[in-house]
Amino acid sequence: MAEKHIDEISGVETTGHEWDGIRELNNPMPRWWVWTFYITIVWAIGYTIAFPAWPLVSDATKGVLGWSSRANIATDLAEAKQAQSAFVDRIASSSLQEIMADPQLSQFAIAGGASAFKVNCAQCHGSGAAGAAGFPNLNDDDWIWGGSVDDIYQTIAHGIRNPGDDDTRTSEMPAYGEILEPVQIKQVAAYVVSLTGTPSDASLVEPGKQIFADNCAACHGDDAKGNREFGAPNLADAIWLKGEGEAAIAAQVRSPKHGVMPSWLPRLGDASVKQLAIFVHSLGGGE
Amino acid sequence: MKYTTETIVLAVGAFLALLGAAFAQDKLFGAHMWVLFFVLLAGTVFMIRRISFAPAKVAASSDDGGYFDEVVKYGVIATVFWGVVGFLVGVVVALQLAFPDLNIEPWLNFGRTRPLHTSAVIFAFGGNALIATSFYVVQRTSRARLFGGNLGWFVFWGYQLFIVMAATGYLLGITQGREYAEPEWYVDLWLTVVWVAYLVAFLGTIMTRKEPHIYVANWFFLSFIVTVAMLHIVNNLAIPVSFLGVKSYSAFSGVQDALTQWWYGHNAVGFFLTAGFLGMMYYFIPKQVNRPVYSYRLSIIHFWALIFMYIWAGPHHLHYTALPDWAQTLGMVFSIMLWMPSWGGMINGLMTLSGAWDKIRTDPIVRMMVMAVAFYGMATFEGPMMSIKSVNSLSHYTDWTIGHVHSGALGWNGLITFGAVYFLVPKLWKRERLYSIRMVNWHFWLATLGIVVYAAVMWVAGIQQGLMWREYDEQGFLVYSFAETVAAMFPYYVLRAVGGGLFLLGALIMAYNVTMTILGYQRDEAPIPGAAPALQPAE
Repeated sequence: MAEKHIDEISGVETTGHEWDGIRELNNPMPRWWVWTFYITIVWAIGYTIAFPAWPLVSDATKGVLGWSSRANIATDLAEAKQAQSAFVDRIASSSLQEIMADPQLSQFAIAGGASAFKVNCAQCHGSGAAGAAGFPNLNDDDWIWGGSVDDIYQTIAHGIRNPGDDDTRTSEMPAYGEILEPVQIKQVAAYVVSLTGTPSDASLVEPGKQIFADNCAACHGDDAKGNREFGAPNLADAIWLKGEGEAAIAAQVRSPKHGVMPSWLPRLGDASVKQLAIFVHSLGGGE
Repeated sequence: MKYTTETIVLAVGAFLALLGAAFAQDKLFGAHMWVLFFVLLAGTVFMIRRISFAPAKVAASSDDGGYFDEVVKYGVIATVFWGVVGFLVGVVVALQLAFPDLNIEPWLNFGRTRPLHTSAVIFAFGGNALIATSFYVVQRTSRARLFGGNLGWFVFWGYQLFIVMAATGYLLGITQGREYAEPEWYVDLWLTVVWVAYLVAFLGTIMTRKEPHIYVANWFFLSFIVTVAMLHIVNNLAIPVSFLGVKSYSAFSGVQDALTQWWYGHNAVGFFLTAGFLGMMYYFIPKQVNRPVYSYRLSIIHFWALIFMYIWAGPHHLHYTALPDWAQTLGMVFSIMLWMPSWGGMINGLMTLSGAWDKIRTDPIVRMMVMAVAFYGMATFEGPMMSIKSVNSLSHYTDWTIGHVHSGALGWNGLITFGAVYFLVPKLWKRERLYSIRMVNWHFWLATLGIVVYAAVMWVAGIQQGLMWREYDEQGFLVYSFAETVAAMFPYYVLRAVGGGLFLLGALIMAYNVTMTILGYQRDEAPIPGAAPALQPAE
């Protein structure tokens, strides 16, 4: 079995066994391979001495460098906070108007607000703040709850229809499916469309106008331009929150959907909410 | 009488599945049991047609006394079939990432097609390749027929049933949410039964061997079978909510659960995709190039080093998480020490060609195997590198990881399997040669190009993604929102699908080539230049 056998091509001795025609040469392991293997082992031992590594009974070795990922992140966060503290402290102690009056401070606030927006707001309002169906576009000048920087701050800080926050924006449109006849809903939807476009059937507009005056004008106004006090959107500017067209408007009249937004003040703190308010105000529609 | 017991067992199984469907505690379990019922019913009908009432000894199978190769034939066909399916689903999921409209709710959304892809390629394609080749190799290198008679058939068909149950479960939305271990408790239990049967068949063959020593390929196959059994059982320890329902809860919680999962996940790579496929490499490369293995000493040292080191490397999947620092450190240093043990296999594979290097030029199958080993070397260098914490802080969660996995999976596992299939098909079906050698060459170039496109694109994508995530402006503010980093990936995702498409095209050529070879055709074609009578063994 273990008789001597030399491979003719390489001149190297084999181990003498053969399996299904396969033999094995008795070459030594390549030197570089062995040495690299040793080096990685030595390095590994050194690394485990330097860093936390070996588990003990109720704890593990700390490593001679005293490094820990938690301490590391705490240091990084503290440094980042320290680097911004001069500006952030001033933002915390200044009013929104004072911040906006100071070019340097307002530039910082806009940058900080943009950053906080990417992390916290973009999920609903979009990366470019252009919104989506049910989520308002923040670039235009159509404000549901008010477009002054103070109004915006109030909305971000306390949210919309957010249970548990006493200062949250409330008010809901009633479900007119229980109040109006289906044909009346069609008529009022046609009237709302007629304010900025062409309704499907012009004969619906006149009766719709009367229904609007009787039922809707209380909140949306006689001219349908809305009322920010109740978060009643402007219906005469061709900007639609939930959907465009008579069918979408009729659906909203019948059983309205009410958007909800969290209160960000408890989560982000006053300085961040101020920066967010100033950023949103700066997008183009701020009043 | 032949097949009577099998038929009865299948019929009883089908009846039990029907009962399971009738008394199911939730809709999904009911649906899944109906699937099982129809599969088993089809199997029963098929077996009834094959029942032979002749006395058992007359109806003996054709390859009695020799090696049990029928099951290997089925395994090779299953490998090719599942390979094409798995690659196709891979191209689909790649396109779903590039074009989200292709997510068809609810059955074909990414959340369900992604595990379908990973399981199809790893367990259906890779698993069938490993079972088939290990059965082929262990018989020949032990000079013994596969142990356990029809146990080989049970392993093969039992494993296919596992695949079908896993795949249909994913599409129905049944998952325990553990990566690469998604099937729920009852499918896991079935796989455990099949796997133990696999171990018995393999180990039994080794124990009845007529060779004095166990060949190196069998060490790797055995370590793969034993370790995967251990990993599978521990990671899937779970308590079902009901024995007639799909849902179960893991025995572990919190960070222990995460670490158990990645101890499993990493060693699925280590023992399924590395050790098992090294077993293939250690048989098919020496056979195809007709040269001795380069170094016995290297094989023994790198084998033991590899299996000892690999099992500790899992924590590197949890860098910078709730996992304690000490465990992260150990995961990282063991990954670094794993570099050379992994490369031992590459050296032994490549250096086995010494004295026959010209075959890379003249034999496309050798070329394929050598490229496989080259990708193995690249992936096993990249892996330890990515386990270094500072590299990982950039690469983790990015598409770089996806690129790394695919250079290993497509390059190493894919190409070595294709090489083995091209080696096996003419031998198993006793054909003079493959239908077409030139098609093997086409397959080689399409696959290689596909992998290079895929991996290069994912490196660029991953590094860009990682840099965008950590980009802060001079005032210390985050520059990109997450959605912006997703949008930036679009061109890479399209190119990735192109790379995957090339790889799929190559596999389709292989499927055609293999089919024609099995049917007994030979393509009339000019030989590969220089492929004149190659070196013969010097004996």
